[in-house]
Amino acid sequence: MDRMIYLSMAGAKMNMQRQEVLSHNLANVSTTGFRAELQAVRAVPVRGDGASTRVYALDTTVGYDDSAGPINFTGRALDVAMRGKSMLAVQGLDGTEAYTRAGSLVVDAQGNLVTQSGLQVMGDGGPINIPPNTQPSIAPDGTVSVRQQGGITTPVGRLKLVTPETKLTRGDDGLFRSPDGDLPADAVAQLQDGALEGSNVNPIETMVSMIAAARQFETQMKMMQTAEQDEKAAAQLLSNAG
Amino acid sequence: MMRSLWISKSGMDAQQVQLDHISHNLANSSTTGYKQSHAQFEDLMYQTLRQSGANSSEQTQLPTGLQVGLGVRTVATSREFTQGTLQQTSNSLDIAIQGDGFFQITMPDGTTGYTRDGSFKLDANGQIVTNNGYVLQPGITVPANAKNLTIGNDGTVTVTQPGSTAIQQLGQLQLASFINPAGLDPKGQNLFAETASSGTPQTGSPNSENFGSLSQGFLESSNVNVVQELVTMIQTQRAYELNSKAIQTSDQMLQKLGQL
Repeated sequence: MDRMIYLSMAGAKMNMQRQEVLSHNLANVSTTGFRAELQAVRAVPVRGDGASTRVYALDTTVGYDDSAGPINFTGRALDVAMRGKSMLAVQGLDGTEAYTRAGSLVVDAQGNLVTQSGLQVMGDGGPINIPPNTQPSIAPDGTVSVRQQGGITTPVGRLKLVTPETKLTRGDDGLFRSPDGDLPADAVAQLQDGALEGSNVNPIETMVSMIAAARQFETQMKMMQTAEQDEKAAAQLLSNAG
Repeated sequence: MMRSLWISKSGMDAQQVQLDHISHNLANSSTTGYKQSHAQFEDLMYQTLRQSGANSSEQTQLPTGLQVGLGVRTVATSREFTQGTLQQTSNSLDIAIQGDGFFQITMPDGTTGYTRDGSFKLDANGQIVTNNGYVLQPGITVPANAKNLTIGNDGTVTVTQPGSTAIQQLGQLQLASFINPAGLDPKGQNLFAETASSGTPQTGSPNSENFGSLSQGFLESSNVNVVQELVTMIQTQRAYELNSKAIQTSDQMLQKLGQL
């Protein structure tokens, strides 16, 4: 059998995986603070005797797009959108420190500040506790303060904001972690209260990539058909000769 | 079969849930004391098909891996307890709360319900009840011949008797507040119920501590922002379309594969 058909198969498989990543980005086109998954195709040449003509294509995800998403103003006191490339530190389910851009916060039954999925938000001095019967607000530098009886405002903690210098890695839970251990709090990081950051997926670019992937997939199918025809023609010649 | 079909399905599901919330908000855009809610999304878990840094041969490592996310899910409904605008009704039993707090209502099963809807009525016994006939706590009975029912901004209910100028105090309304009002369980009929995540209610007199003040003759209208809802609806529809397009594309790819 011609080896060409295996090359086409690898190409088709790569395009299917590419489609999966694109679908995931499109599915999260309105997820708060979502970072688009980036992908790249890697050439894997087959080395051996004679002319190395065969190069397989391998799909890889090289990381995430860290550009800012659109800011939507919600007016809710516990919604925060991080400015620049800052991220909010939360405690992942495995107990480690993880980072996210989804700043829609809530207060749980114990009065702790948590994310919408119930993960504890890290403060500069441990978890941030909102005393009952008070009104919380968040300042642009991440300081959480509560307004008590008679309009007295007292700070209860400061959100831990970090600004990663290098790219973080995305865990299987969708949270970001630093490969070199926990990042230090960034004292100058700023946030916007009463707003949420939308997803940074560019739907136009994703749709165009999707069309490109589908067409490339078709091309691979055509190549497989061609390989089959070639094989058929060769078989015919050989049977005639016999 | 292709993951992208199911990934896109999760995207369509999520947008569908968002549209459900928008429709519900719009349907309640003129419900007294209604608080708008929205669906909150979260990306689903990731599958690492190839770990970056894994050995590609004895000496070389893969510079990048392959990680495929599995789509999106609705993680929570976030309800916004912002103040609705006050509408004047000049009905003496219409009370609006300006600020934090809920009225406490005795439900038919004996539990306590909480509401921001202050359109109260009197029942046959002179008790202050909701539109559904549930009694307001603490129970206040208005005498049959009472005149000039007045509710102060601290919740004090006073009346005068015919032929007398003496003011008779009937009691004081109380409000309840929660540490996490977003965790309240909506029961319908403008009522909310306490849950583990809302925390236990703190009760107090209106216009004291952090409780809001009462305004007689006003109703708090719904806090639904219709413009915001319509913009979110457009966004939701387009996102739904994009995800359906992704399903179509995946389907076409499979079709081509089937034609081999």
